Amino acid sequence: MSKDNQILEELTSKEYEHGWSVNFEADEAPAGLNEGIIRWISAKKEEPEWLLEWRLKAFKTWQSMKEPEWANVHYPKVDFQALKYYSAPKQTKKPKSLDEIDPELLAIYERLGISLNEQKRLQGIAVDAVLDSVSVATTFKGTLAKLGIVFCSFSEAVKEHPELVKKYLGSVVPMTDNYYAALNSAVFSDGSFCYIPKGVRCPMELSTYFRINAANTGQFERTLIVAEDESYVSYLEGCTAPQRDENQLHAAVVEIYAGAHAEVKYSTVQNWFPGDKEGKGGIYNFVTKRGICAGDHSKISWTQVETGSAVTWKYPSCILKGDYSIGEFYSVAVTNNYQQADTGTKMIHIGKNTKSRIVSKGISAGKSQNSYRGQVQVMKRADNARNFSQCDSLLMGDQCGAHTFPYIDINNSSAQVEHEATTSKIGEDQIFYCNQRGIATEDAVALIVNGYAKEVLNQLPMEFAVEAQKLLALTLEGSVG
Amino acid sequence: MLSIKNLHASVEGTPILRGINLEVKAGEVHAIMGPNGSGKSTLASVLAGREEYEVTEGEVIFQGKELLEMAPEDRAREGVFLAFQYPVEIPGVSSTNFLRTALNQVREYRGQEPLDAVKFLTLMKEKMKLVEIDQKLLSRSLNEGFSGGEKKRNEIFQMAMLEPTLSILDETDSGLDIDALRIVSNGVNKLKSDKTATIVVTHYQRLLDYIVPDFVHVLYKGRIVKSGTKDLALELEEKGYDWIKEEVDSATAV
Repeated sequence: MSKDNQILEELTSKEYEHGWSVNFEADEAPAGLNEGIIRWISAKKEEPEWLLEWRLKAFKTWQSMKEPEWANVHYPKVDFQALKYYSAPKQTKKPKSLDEIDPELLAIYERLGISLNEQKRLQGIAVDAVLDSVSVATTFKGTLAKLGIVFCSFSEAVKEHPELVKKYLGSVVPMTDNYYAALNSAVFSDGSFCYIPKGVRCPMELSTYFRINAANTGQFERTLIVAEDESYVSYLEGCTAPQRDENQLHAAVVEIYAGAHAEVKYSTVQNWFPGDKEGKGGIYNFVTKRGICAGDHSKISWTQVETGSAVTWKYPSCILKGDYSIGEFYSVAVTNNYQQADTGTKMIHIGKNTKSRIVSKGISAGKSQNSYRGQVQVMKRADNARNFSQCDSLLMGDQCGAHTFPYIDINNSSAQVEHEATTSKIGEDQIFYCNQRGIATEDAVALIVNGYAKEVLNQLPMEFAVEAQKLLALTLEGSVG
Repeated sequence: MLSIKNLHASVEGTPILRGINLEVKAGEVHAIMGPNGSGKSTLASVLAGREEYEVTEGEVIFQGKELLEMAPEDRAREGVFLAFQYPVEIPGVSSTNFLRTALNQVREYRGQEPLDAVKFLTLMKEKMKLVEIDQKLLSRSLNEGFSGGEKKRNEIFQMAMLEPTLSILDETDSGLDIDALRIVSNGVNKLKSDKTATIVVTHYQRLLDYIVPDFVHVLYKGRIVKSGTKDLALELEEKGYDWIKEEVDSATAV
């Protein structure tokens, strides 16, 4: 075995850092999925009748749908009746302030490196923390409220701002959209809601941390971001889960609405448990994320760093409806061991003079499979639409796979669409060069990989970029020439 | 400082070095010359620890330590520097970032504190003057899109930053115009001291006008077949390598 292979072996035996779970009393729904459970969840959350009806309709739709099989991933089918669809840490009464939150819950987030203590926040990031099914705490609410910004848990939004929720829920990702979106619409338990009024520039990063703690639980969060005309917001999302032998399901839906001249930046650092080195356990991450640039000159930008999950199925997309609207997608997806990722984006050009840019950087190691799947669609009336796509794949070792599935559908002859793709291996030459300057192989790989992903990492807000760099290094300590 | 004894090395089973013997003392400059394919670059690579070269026999002692037992990064940290004939490109990694990582790993190995950003930049500015390199070049991705001259100059700049005890210049003159050659050589000369040594691997005598060697060795078929002073290099320039080849080949034929 060569030295490089040995290092690769070592890296594949690397333990998942966030693999702990905490035992606290949880308020759970019994396992299984039926109309009764949905009514139970809705009642538990004291929801209005219209939302219950909406859920039940989604459930009916879901029952008539088939699990999609077109993605380049293989996994044992999920037994939807074995899962629990609601799990909440038991709290005797609703906390009014952060001081009243169970210290054990706060401790969980401290271990993740997320402080919910407002005084300790240096960077001025408002955090909404979601554990299993419910939102635990939202910070900086007061500061934001003065500007008319709403940033709270989804359940709270249903109670406090029902008219907004009703108007936008399902408007970008309809419940009929796909199998997992329908499932989410039926059983979603919580998530974040964010509303930026007209003309307001959100002064801080808004951030949500998701964590699955309970066993056999699906997490189905729902995030809705509405940016009215001429507003701006940057939103961050981070994810972790404990290490468990069985697979856990995460099927989230994110909807973004951007009005005229509005801009939304959405960044994700996804570090769900990827399964162990034999491929046992891990999160199934089946997520639907979509944004609509509804108004003219609006912009939505997705940035994702995907390092976790056993199976990922995720295509953050932009519907470019407004004239001159812009959609961007920047992605780094790392797979190792037996991880499988099928991820990419869809850019749908409807308005005139719309622009989109796709930069996808896949990194595969171990026995993993990494696929980019992207669609660029230019509709008939979308004059002068422009797209640039760049899909790069980096291979480490000789047992992994990188795949690219670009779909291009052009219905207007004035469109300009460019697609560039490269596949490369980390070269022994590069590693030796670093070695010769005194840099150890592990650090050389981290350096090279971070350099490779730089264009995407540069899109992340500073604090997240540092975290993402560390995560990349941690996931891929090792190399193969 | 460096003592190479009966060094044999091969690539994929083909022997390239067939018994090299060489003594290098502190303060000396040795030139290794020879026709193409004689094993000059192989010698440089073996000393630096490139993996595809298999050492089949012999030993190399560097400052009292078995060099061949060490990992490439440890050789570098011990003070062996190789200026590459073909410097590698690393997209997205700036020279500055690369060098800071390298320098701090070397310092850590030597039990020194890492340099903070300010001290590092101060040191960089000082060394930049030495090799007449532009800061703009150093903020670009390492070697990416650099001209041949810029790449070589960057190698010497790295050498200046890392302050090696033994520097091996592998065909550093190849692809350089006369101005670049002068700048690169000046840099090397300024870095020389009585505590350091330099091995210059080159095909042409031209470089030796600028970096004057104390000893010149001619490598042919994996062995040092002739050693002398810089006059030997001049003789080679004038007469070519054929007379040496003939000498050696007729000797082995007997």
